[in-house]
Order: sequence, then C-alpha cells, then structure tokens
Amino acid sequence: MANKTITVEVKDLKKYFMLPTKKYLKAVDGVSFNIYKGETLGLVGESGCGKTTCGKTILGLYDATAGEVNFDGFSVHKKSKKERKDFTKRAQIIFQDPYSSLNPRMTVGDIIAEGIDIHGIHNGKDRKDKLFELISMVGLNKEHISRFPHEFSGGQRQRIGIARALAVEPEFIVCDEPISALDVSIQAQVVNLLIDLQKKKNLTYLFIAHDLSMVKYISDRVGVMYLGNLVEITSSHQLYRDPKHPYTKALLSSIPIPDPKIERNKKIIPLEGEVSSPINPIAGCKFASRCSLAKDMCRNQVPTLKEVDNQHFVACHFIDRI
Amino acid sequence: MVTTDTVTSNEIYEDELFEKVGIKKELSEHMGRPALTYWAEVWRRFRKNKLAITGLIMLCIVTLLTIIGPTLSGHDYQYMDSSIRSQTPSASHWFGTDRMGRDIFTRVSVGGRISLIIGLLCTLVMFTIGSILGAIAGLKGGWVDDLIMRICEFVGNLPYLIIVVILSMVMGRGLFSLVFALSFISWVGTTRMVRGQILQIKEQDFVKAAAALGADSKRIIIKHLFPNTLGIIMVTITMAVPGFILGEAFLSYIGLGIRPPETSWGALAAAGQERLMFYPHELFFPSLMLVITILSFHLIGDGLSDALDPKLKD
Repeated sequence: MANKTITVEVKDLKKYFMLPTKKYLKAVDGVSFNIYKGETLGLVGESGCGKTTCGKTILGLYDATAGEVNFDGFSVHKKSKKERKDFTKRAQIIFQDPYSSLNPRMTVGDIIAEGIDIHGIHNGKDRKDKLFELISMVGLNKEHISRFPHEFSGGQRQRIGIARALAVEPEFIVCDEPISALDVSIQAQVVNLLIDLQKKKNLTYLFIAHDLSMVKYISDRVGVMYLGNLVEITSSHQLYRDPKHPYTKALLSSIPIPDPKIERNKKIIPLEGEVSSPINPIAGCKFASRCSLAKDMCRNQVPTLKEVDNQHFVACHFIDRI
Repeated sequence: MVTTDTVTSNEIYEDELFEKVGIKKELSEHMGRPALTYWAEVWRRFRKNKLAITGLIMLCIVTLLTIIGPTLSGHDYQYMDSSIRSQTPSASHWFGTDRMGRDIFTRVSVGGRISLIIGLLCTLVMFTIGSILGAIAGLKGGWVDDLIMRICEFVGNLPYLIIVVILSMVMGRGLFSLVFALSFISWVGTTRMVRGQILQIKEQDFVKAAAALGADSKRIIIKHLFPNTLGIIMVTITMAVPGFILGEAFLSYIGLGIRPPETSWGALAAAGQERLMFYPHELFFPSLMLVITILSFHLIGDGLSDALDPKLKD
C-alpha cells in the first residue's frame, strides 16, 4: 500500500451549510483519507451522513469550509480559473439520479460530447468518431446519439452519464451512488461496466454507496462514515472479515445473506436510539448516543482515527475491548 | 424404439435446411425513426395539432388583412363621405360604413395594426424585463433576490386601473404611453415565473454535471437554463398577447386608449356600441376581429405547450 502513488489526498475536509436559521449544518466534519492511483475506495454510511457532500466537495462542486483536497499535488479549492478547468478534465463525476442528471432538451450526443465541446478536445469528424467510440463503449447504439434522454430507461441513462464522464478521459471519477436508482438486474450491468472501464483505462474511483454487498464487490478499500466523520477505513477484505468499530459491526450485520439457514441464525446487532442531529451534534463521539459500549469518556472526548492493524484505521475509544 | 426415432428425425432435418436468423446490427440501426433536431421535432408535433394550425392560419389571415386591407378596399380610413353614412355591408363597402361615412373594413384593418402592435410590444417589454429580472433573482440569490422580489410585490399590489388612468393622464394618450401603462405591472408575473423556473433547474444534477465538466456560467445559462425555461416562456408569451390586445381594447372602450384620428379595435367597438340598436354591424366587425385574434393566440399557445414538451412524442 505505502509504495502506491496518491491520487487524491483529503486532509481534514469540512463542509458546513448555512441554514436560513443562521445555524450550520455540519455535513462533512473533518474527514481525512487518501485515494491511491488505480484503486476503488468505497464510501458507505446511512443516508444523510455526508457521503455525497464529501464526494462533491472533493471535486470542488462545493467550496470547502475548511481543510484541503490535493489532487496530484494541486489544491482543488485554491486553483485559479484555468487550473480548475484543467482539473475538470482529469476528475469527473457520475450522478445518483439518472433522470435529473441529463438535460431533457439536449440530444444524447450533445450530452455526451459536452466535455469535449467545453474543452475543445475534438472537432468535426474527430468529435463524431469519439462519440461513436464512447457510445459503443457503454453498450449503446450509434443511432441513439440523436435521441433525447426521456426515450431511454434508467440503466441506459446511467450509461449515458458514464459516457459523458468518460468523454474527457479523466483519471479519477467520483461515482455518487451510480447504482442505487437502478433495478437490481441492471445494477450488476453498470457495476461490471465500471469495473471493465477501470481495468481498461486505469481509472481511480471514489465509489459512494449504501449497498454494502455491492461496495464489497467493487472496492479495494472501504471507508465508513457516520454523521460527517470517518469512523473506520481499511481494505475491503479486512473490513468485511473483521470490522472493529461498533457502527461498522452493526452495519455489516444488517446485510442479508442469501441462505435461509444462516440468515435465520444470524445475530443482527440492532441500533437503538436516534441519530444525533448534524445541526447540533452531541459532544464527544457522535455515535455515543446509539452505541452499546459508550462510556462517559465517549460523551466528552472526540475519538480520532488510530491505526489498529496494518492500514486499518478506526475512530473509537474502546478498540481494545471489542 | 425411441432412440431410433430420434436418429431418423435427425436424418430428415439436416442442419443445412436451417438458416440462422440473427440480429443484423447494420440493419437495426436504420430501423428507428430518422433523427430530428429539437425544433424540427417541435414543429412536427405542432403541425399534427389541427386546432393549433387553424389558429396559426387565422392569425396569418388577420395579420395580412391589417397590412393589405386598405389597399384591397381602395378606401381611405379617414375619408368621410356624408352621402353614405351608416350603410350596411355592400359590394363597395364590405363591412358597411360608420356614422361619418367612413369605410369600416378599412378602419378595422388599420385599427388592427394598432391592436396587434400594442399586443406584441407590450409582450416584448414584459418578456424582456421579466426574464432578465427573474434570471438575475434566481441565479444570484441572496439580497439581490430579496430586493427584486420585494419590488415585485410592491408593483404587483398597485391597483391596475388606477395606475393606468394616472399614467395615461400624465403621459398623454399615445401609442408609447399606452404600451408603458399596459406593461407597467405585467412583468411581475413573468419575473416570478422565470425565477421559479431558474431556481428549480439550477439545482438539478445536469447543471452540476456541466459545472463539473468545466462549463462557465455563460454556457450553463445558454445551454442548460435558457432552453429549459424557453418552453414555458413561449407559452406565456402567446397567452399574454391576447391579454394585452384585450387590455388596449378595454382602455380604448373607456376612453383612455388611442386618440382619434388613429383607431384600434377597441376604439371602433366603443364607437359601434353607442349605435348598437340601429346599426349592429358597426360593433360586430371590430368585435369579430378581436375574437378571432384572441382565439387564435390561445389555440397557438395551447398547441405550443404540447409541442414543446419532448415527453409527449405523438
């Protein structure tokens, strides 16, 4: 791991949203991790924990409240206008909702070629050839180029979104729950397409999802988020085999197993209590209100990420006891 | 026994007898309907709507009439001939004459010019001010948005008729002051509508995707925000024109409209109404033109709103 090159370095990233009531919603509250070249980092957590905000802030779609994101040595949020434009050529995003992510008034060809047009990469016949290449790469037909998005199914639309992101030949792609809006049978198609493309083009992914089994399938490493904080990050294999953080344990125990005998006898760790609000978070460990192990210490002191095993980081005061 | 049967059947139906019916990729690509651009698609759908096409044809005829009407009839719209006062329609005066002996057909044609020009000018003013202010409010947000919305609320709450009466008294009764008075309040609705649309579209993922691809705000406005608001704006425009024509007619009717010797459909109707009992044709013809024009604008607007929606393919 250590000898791999770092593509994206996230350092203590914070993103607060100002509410109309003049209070802050702390969507991402101090997250640090690295993404290595050619790997897939999965990011999981329940809805509202700041996964998507984290991904969008990394790409500079949101300004960071504090902290830094370094892409290949450059700070994403401090770039000049021209550098930012160059950055958009190297880092792309695939959106969750295939319905709202395509402009209904543009043809599929124009949607896919948007990046090509903005950066002026190809013109005339080159542009057409590139379009054909992209559209067949994601498994659509040439004649689809002149159609409008509403003529396609959710899975096809998601492919169009993937082709659009690939058009500028990026090195790094944030996949913001690219499969959660799709039917199960189509999820596999899209995920396999993403894996194929990664192998062919040596892409680096930040794969945001809440489907734990899918994350296990696609990711090399997985980070678990809870209320704007990273609570555990390690290799995908290690995380599913030996989860350390009580939240991760509870999450993993909720994955259904396709075998009724095992499923019936499986011990599910129920989570009790309420998720504390991201507007007025509780002091100390944010998970303390739902954690069965929580002691006074957890309610006062914020736990930091500590390496408990080789490249296995956990933010919990009681790692030794669990 | 069974085995032998199978063997025999295999001998009868040899493989060479069968031809594989596969998918011919090169053929499948030609099977779809030929691709059209967005506007060609809109026009195709609009053309299919019989009512909308009827509206368009009626509007063209009315417009043509206002342009070449006086030449066709061969009369002058101001020329008074006391020997032919208040005549009913005849071969030389198709719509009859009024109390001053002027040809009503010519007057209706010339009056239509004013009515149509006022309708179109007011709509243009309303659309320009409304969409610029609405777009600024929606895009900038914050205090700029607040300020524009408060101005909208203030202007929108002014009593329409009183404002128009005061304006026409202050500015005199001309084409310009009429346009000003009629469009003084009207832009408020457009501003609100455009702002709402922009706010809604701005938050959609495809705008974020464009930003993530490095699009500047100019490109986002031209390629994403404008085309997606255009449909609803065009429908509002076609529906607004008859409103202004009617507004002008109403002002002329109560004597605040266009000043003689110029005339409009409203002014003609007002003059005809006084003599309705004995010479109904003086009221009938200007009113007929008004009704036809307003109806055709509404039909076109209806057809447009259907045609502009890409989800309603056929």
